[in-house]
Amino acid sequence: MTTPSESPLIRTRDLVKAYPMEQGRLVALNRVNLTFEKGEFAGLVGPSGSGKTTLLNIVGSLDQPTEGSAEVLGHRIETLSHAEAAELRSRHIGFIFQTHNLFPVYTVFENVEFPLLVLGMPAALRTQAVRDALDWVKLGDRANSKPAQLSGGQSQRVAIARAIVKRPALVLADEPTANLDAENSRRILETMVQLNRDLQTTFLFATHDDKVIRHLRRTIRLNDGSVVADTSTEPTPQLAGYRP
Amino acid sequence: MLTLKLAVRNLLGGGMKTWLRVGVLSLSFITIIAMQGLYQGMYGQATEASVSTELGGGQYWHLRYDPLDLLSLPDAHQTLPEGLSGLVASGAATPILVVQGFLYTGGDLQPILMKGIDPAQRVLSIPSSALADAAGSSPPVLIGSRMARDSGLRVGDTVTIRWRDARGTFDATEVQVAHIMSTTVMTVDSGQMWLPLAALQKMARMEGEATLVVLARDARPIAASGEWLHKDLDFLLSDLNAMVRTKMIGGSVAYLILLFLAMLAILDTQILSIFHRRKEIGTLMALGVTRGGVIRLFTVEGALNAVLAAVAGAVYATPLLFLLARAGIPMPAAIESSGYSLGERLYPTYSAALVFGTTVLVLVVTTVVSYMPTRRIARLKSTDALRGRLT
Ligand SMILES: Nc1ncnc2c1ncn2[C@@H]1O[C@H](COP(=O)(O)OP(=O)(O)O)[C@@H](O)[C@H]1O
Ligand SMILES: [Mg+2]
Repeated sequence: MTTPSESPLIRTRDLVKAYPMEQGRLVALNRVNLTFEKGEFAGLVGPSGSGKTTLLNIVGSLDQPTEGSAEVLGHRIETLSHAEAAELRSRHIGFIFQTHNLFPVYTVFENVEFPLLVLGMPAALRTQAVRDALDWVKLGDRANSKPAQLSGGQSQRVAIARAIVKRPALVLADEPTANLDAENSRRILETMVQLNRDLQTTFLFATHDDKVIRHLRRTIRLNDGSVVADTSTEPTPQLAGYRP
Repeated sequence: MLTLKLAVRNLLGGGMKTWLRVGVLSLSFITIIAMQGLYQGMYGQATEASVSTELGGGQYWHLRYDPLDLLSLPDAHQTLPEGLSGLVASGAATPILVVQGFLYTGGDLQPILMKGIDPAQRVLSIPSSALADAAGSSPPVLIGSRMARDSGLRVGDTVTIRWRDARGTFDATEVQVAHIMSTTVMTVDSGQMWLPLAALQKMARMEGEATLVVLARDARPIAASGEWLHKDLDFLLSDLNAMVRTKMIGGSVAYLILLFLAMLAILDTQILSIFHRRKEIGTLMALGVTRGGVIRLFTVEGALNAVLAAVAGAVYATPLLFLLARAGIPMPAAIESSGYSLGERLYPTYSAALVFGTTVLVLVVTTVVSYMPTRRIARLKSTDALRGRLT
């Protein structure tokens, strides 16, 4: 699973997602043409129901296009079998959800370790990778806690560590701050900006949170499943100079 | 390997609920083994007693002998053919003569079976040697403790018995109780009176004759000849087998219900857990676990209940079952009415086949029950699961 360097990380061509309805069909994505390069820090914005999650799911190979194509890391999503899609996700894609979706019976360490177990990484490498990931999100001291013992912000940081522990090429974050207060949202964004800078991890958000939008370097506005604007912005000044 | 590790984590992470479920399962599991062990012990003990005191290694019956039809007795006696008398001479078999008679007790005439046995025989564990030294003038008799209780006879008592001899003439004599034996086998006790073979042959004018010949346990059967039929142990034990089977089926119903309840608990847990954990299932898929992987995980998790139950059961029940097998269980007298007495104590036997078989049964059933609800996952779309929906 290698990415040809000349092709973009993600490319959609006339991507359509439609759900059959009792009468006609509901078009969640309408001929979306988008390209994302490696290292981008981009976001899909738009009102609720505009198709952000749907697009993220297709790019993340959790869902299939109805028409058109989506090419992710050199793979045509519409041609992947279940197993191939699972493999692609397991190797190259990290997910962050609106809720942290941590496994409640696992410790923080075990939660973050999980993707590496799926990958079949040897134990010694695993432990180091989990430590590093927890250090990035500044939760190295909570490795043995259970999710129930963490605050909402901490839990979401664990979820970020879980998403990035395998150093994926692409992280898809669907409304990652929706359940967080301003302070926690800011810290999480800072962490992700830093990861993007240090590891060249590509981040693609779905959000309608201004606190997130401020940090995006590229903003794609969706409305009723169509791209209505695609703007690149300079990173927020105070964050550009940010050092931990 | 990964699946197992995760399943163990999930199961143990379930805490109290897991242990409750495992407790119920292990209890029914141990109950099955305990009950089956009881039946096996019961069967083993009853078989052993019957074989050693009555059936031996098989029997040869006179052609017309039918133990269920007393009217057959006057015609069912004969001298032994060469083969059988050879066996008797070598100590590998012993002849028994059966004559119907009556016992005078008070004013009552109580029907009995008079059985002639060689006092020197070593084929059956009946204490026939008590019949060897006739102290008094009347023939000595040996009876069982139940017969003694029913007739009120004690050692040393004399009593009048009456019978019909080979020519059909009634005759009577006094006999003296030489010994009262304690046995669990009712068919050699209730209504039975054992006499020296030679004495009974003489009384009944059936010199040198017998009704049946009991083979020693380790003796090799010979081909039956002439008026004699060979009855092997399978045939002779078939009544006992049938009785035990009936009892076992009765017991099985109870344990099937137990097993069913335990499985219901597992099924319920599985269905609920798939419902409650649909978001987790979606997350697993997002993290790159295939549907097959999720199904395996849930199935193994369910099956682990049985593994834990077996381990837990082994820990707390092994000493208990061992103790029962050693000390035995006191038997209520009521069981005696079944026709096969089991002795005062019942010693359960837990064979490797029983323990292993039950473990495998519980494991297989649990795995199947755990797997069934996971077919739902196969239809589940990860996007729906992540949204908290079940497809
Ligand atoms: N499984 C589905 N079946 C039918 N309609 C769906 C399904 N998933 C999403 N939709 C619809 O598709 C549209 C886009 O949804 P979504 O991508 O979740 O929007 P957003 O994430 O921007 O809020 C919405 O109208 C939603 O109701
Ligand atoms: Mg959404």
